[in-house]
Order: sequence, then C-alpha cells, then structure tokens
Amino acid sequence: MSKTLRKVLSYVPTYVVWILATLFTVVPVWWMIVVSARSRVELFNAPTLTINSFFIENYINVITDRTFQGYMVNSLIISTGNALLVTVLALLATYALSRFKLSGSDNIFFWTITNRMAPPAAFLLPLFLMFTQVSNVRLGSLNFTLYDTHLGLIMLYCVFNLPFAIWLMKGIMDGIPIEMDEAAFVDGATTFGVIRRIILPLAAPGLAVTAILSWIFAWNEYLFAATLTSFRARTITTGLAEFVTVTGTNWGEMAAVATLTLIPSLIFIAFAQRYIVMGLTFGAVKD
Amino acid sequence: MRRTRTGWLLLSPTLIIMFIFGLFPFIYVLLVGFNDWNPFSARDGLTYIGVDNYRNLVFDNLFLNALGVTIRFTFFAVLSELIIGFLLANLLARDFFGKTLFRIVHTVPLMIAPIAVGAIWRLMTIPGFGPIPYFLDRWFDVSFNIGTSSDQAFLSILIMDIWHWTPFVTLTMLAGLTALPREPVEAAQVDGANRWQIFRHITLPLMRPVILTTVFIRVMDALRTVDEINMLTNGGGPGTSTRTLGIHIFRVVFPQTDYGYGSAMSLLTLYLTIVACWLLFVSLTQVRRNN
Repeated sequence: MSKTLRKVLSYVPTYVVWILATLFTVVPVWWMIVVSARSRVELFNAPTLTINSFFIENYINVITDRTFQGYMVNSLIISTGNALLVTVLALLATYALSRFKLSGSDNIFFWTITNRMAPPAAFLLPLFLMFTQVSNVRLGSLNFTLYDTHLGLIMLYCVFNLPFAIWLMKGIMDGIPIEMDEAAFVDGATTFGVIRRIILPLAAPGLAVTAILSWIFAWNEYLFAATLTSFRARTITTGLAEFVTVTGTNWGEMAAVATLTLIPSLIFIAFAQRYIVMGLTFGAVKD
Repeated sequence: MRRTRTGWLLLSPTLIIMFIFGLFPFIYVLLVGFNDWNPFSARDGLTYIGVDNYRNLVFDNLFLNALGVTIRFTFFAVLSELIIGFLLANLLARDFFGKTLFRIVHTVPLMIAPIAVGAIWRLMTIPGFGPIPYFLDRWFDVSFNIGTSSDQAFLSILIMDIWHWTPFVTLTMLAGLTALPREPVEAAQVDGANRWQIFRHITLPLMRPVILTTVFIRVMDALRTVDEINMLTNGGGPGTSTRTLGIHIFRVVFPQTDYGYGSAMSLLTLYLTIVACWLLFVSLTQVRRNN
C-alpha cells in the first residue's frame, strides 16, 4: 500500500467519528427547530427532519404575548446586571488576592469553590426563607424585600458565578507584572487609579470572557428563578417550564420559546468556544 | 499596614455578598432545622423539637430513594461520558480539516440552558410525535414510553445527560491531549514502542491530572442536576424512578411548606455533597502529588 493511501485511510475513522458525534449533537436541536416551525396538525404526521412550510405563528404568538415579553425583559435585566456585578467584583477581589498579602486569603479562595460544589437544591429553602422571612424590612411606607425582585436574583447569582470568575481572573491577574503597578504608584497613582488605568486595559480580554460566561450562566438559570420569583421578576427559563405544566399541549409554541432562549448562546458561541473549557474547569484546563 | 487594609477593602464587597447569599441562609436554616415549623399548620411559628427532623430523615423512604437515584444517575452518566469523551478526544486529537467546526458544534450543548435541554429531549421522546418512540416502534417494534416505563425513563435521562455533557469531557480531554509534550512520545517511538504501549505508559499517565479534574467537575455537576430531568420526566416520573435529590426537594419537600423538615434535609444534602466532593478533591490532589 502506498504511503499516501495509508495516510488518507488513517483519516477515515476520524471523519466517521466526527460525522456520528456531530449528528448526535445536532439532530435533537434541529428537531426542536422543526417542531417550532410546525402547526399542531402537522406535528402528528410522521416525524421528518425537513421544514416544508415555516409555521411562523408559533413565534408570533409567543413574541406578541405580554407575559412572555415581560419574562424576556426580566431575563435581560437580570443577566446583564449579574454579568456587570460579577465582573466588577471579580476584578476588585482578584486584584486584592493577587497583590496583597492577606492572612487567610487561600482559605477564602477555596471557600468560593465550595459554593460551586454545593447543590443549588439545598439552597432553595434556605434562600426562600431568607428572601421571604428575613429580608422584609419596613421603613415607614417603604417596603423592602428581596423576593420577586431583579436585585435579589442579580445578587444571588453572584454566589454561583463569582467562584468561577475569581478562579479565572486570578490566573490573568497573576500574569500581569507587578512592576507595572509599582511604577504607577511611584508616579503617585491611587489604588483605584492603578486598577483603572493599568489593570483594566490589560485584563480586558479576561474580563470579557468572565462577563459573557456569567451572562450566559445567569440567562440559563432556572431553579432559583422559579422559586424566588412570582410574577414581577420571572425569567424566560421559568416561562419555558410553565409552558409545559400549564398550557400543556402546545408543543409548537414551547419549541419556539426554547429556540428563542437559545439565541443569545448561539450569538456568543464562536467566542465562547475558545474559553468555555477554561470557564467550566475554573481555568484548571487551559485551551 | 495601610496596604493590607486596602486589600480587604477591595475584597469586602465579594465577601459580603458571598456571606449574605452563600452562608447566612445556612446558618439560619441550621437553627430552623431543630424546630417544627409549618406556616400553614394550625400552630404557626417555631416549636423546638431537637433532632427529630434528622431522625425522621434517616427513615424517610422518599429521601433515601431520591438519594439512590442521584447516586445511580451520577455513576452511570459520568462513567459513560468519560469513556465516550475520552475515546472521541483520542480519535480527534490531530490536525484535520473541520476541527474548529467540530469544536463549535460541540460547544452548543454546553451553552444551552439546562431547562431547554430538558425541553429538547422531551420533544425527542414524547409519545405521539417524538422521533425516538416513532422509529423504535416502526423499525424494531419496541414500544417506548417514558411516561410509563421506569427503565426507559432512567435510560432517557442518562442519554440526555450524555448528550449534554460528553462534549465537555471531549473538549477538556482534547485540550489536555493537545497540550501534552511531544518529546516522551517521540522518544518512545524511537525506542520502538507500539501505539498501545505509548498510550498505556505515556499518554495515560500524563493525562491523569486532566482526567481527574474532569471527573471531579462532572461528578459535582451530575450530583446537582435538577432542571433538565425535571423538564424531561415531568418532575422525576414515572413514580419516583427518576426523582433525584434535587427534584425531590424542589417538587415535593418545597411545596409542602414543612420548613423545619425541609431545612434539615437541605442541610443534610449540602453536607453529603460537600463531603463527597471533598473526598474526591483530596484523592485528586493526592494523585497529583504522587505524579
């Protein structure tokens, strides 16, 4: 056998596996899009993977629905707020952890990761009690509560996004040479001045990764949004779950909602593709 | 001294948020767990009952069943993902046309909301028009209904999890394999080692840290799985066959508003998970040190 032929043949298993794995991943997502493009009657024909006529009414019904619009806006507010808060806090925290000798900072570093290990279900009741029982403060006519507010969810998601943000940013922060801050300090800069003028530009790519991944994690969250909100701060993921339990049978519209929740992730995918491994492994596995 | 204070000042917002939302609820619940408290019962307010809640927990069949389902699910899901992901990564760890496309496609499941993953697989397996029951019935004459068969429901949540997380294993393993130093492999080739020997004695030991990190993160996440299973099998059905601990708390304990008992269960769940993760973490770092 010639050497070239053997080389070409050695690629056959690679491509066979490539095709099978890709099909297995793509077909379920494609089927969801197909369902979202079918009317109720069309659905109960034999399942095929082709879209003959796009039944756009599924999408129109959902998008023009007042409740759904509210869910969408809430999701946007909460994920954007959370991404901003997490990025700023992680920037400050990792600067502190990287540049100062703080006693016990290693323990703090590890404490953050235990929050990532903890099952969210164990947090449900404790947080529900805190949101409904402890956080209610009445100051005259002002009635403050965390339950069913954007602020409550924005701050809560920090508990789950900060650990990965801190672990990710710590590596980046340690990579910025300390001589650069010292030179600025000699020139009379304040700590915040150094963070803003020196650290911020150099850490910008890492901060962008942190912000985008936190945004997506917050957008995708369901369990807390379902238990800690009732109607004012409900998110799109809760809307998707409600579709099945309450309306039950309209699978076309349910698939349309599911497809809509996917869009932000798909927008960021080319970007996230390079960093998601690092983000999900806390920077332990670099790509 | 002033510098240290600045450091703590910068760290304080993070610590405050993590304390209020991550730690304080559990301190509060630690106290509630020793009480009987159901706001909708005849007697409102907390009544001290000592460790009764924990005593009942040990004999609670639903709780133990959910614990069993969680462990079974985690074991089978992580094991299959690890084997499939590792094999895939080894086959794809070379430069070939279409590698970037593969990585983009396989990032999709990782970015989809878990609840949407559940929705996707609900649409795949729904009796009536879902492709899986339809083609199984037509080609193999197998009736597939995850609403009635416990085994099929459990198999479905496994397949869903494999679909969702194998890409993660594949991508981390690919990253690890790409980062491996070339020299040991080349040296072994010069010495006349065959491919299996290279894999067994060079690639595998070098990959150990990456494999262990992946296992650790996967076990941690599999133990936490709630959203997608809840969506796929409608709250862990049929019966309690796919009801994991998370779903049990979310769908059964939480709506019962039995706050004292629920608090005890939340704490025990947290405790068990952290102990399990900690043991895994310690054994992981131990192995790393031995390497």
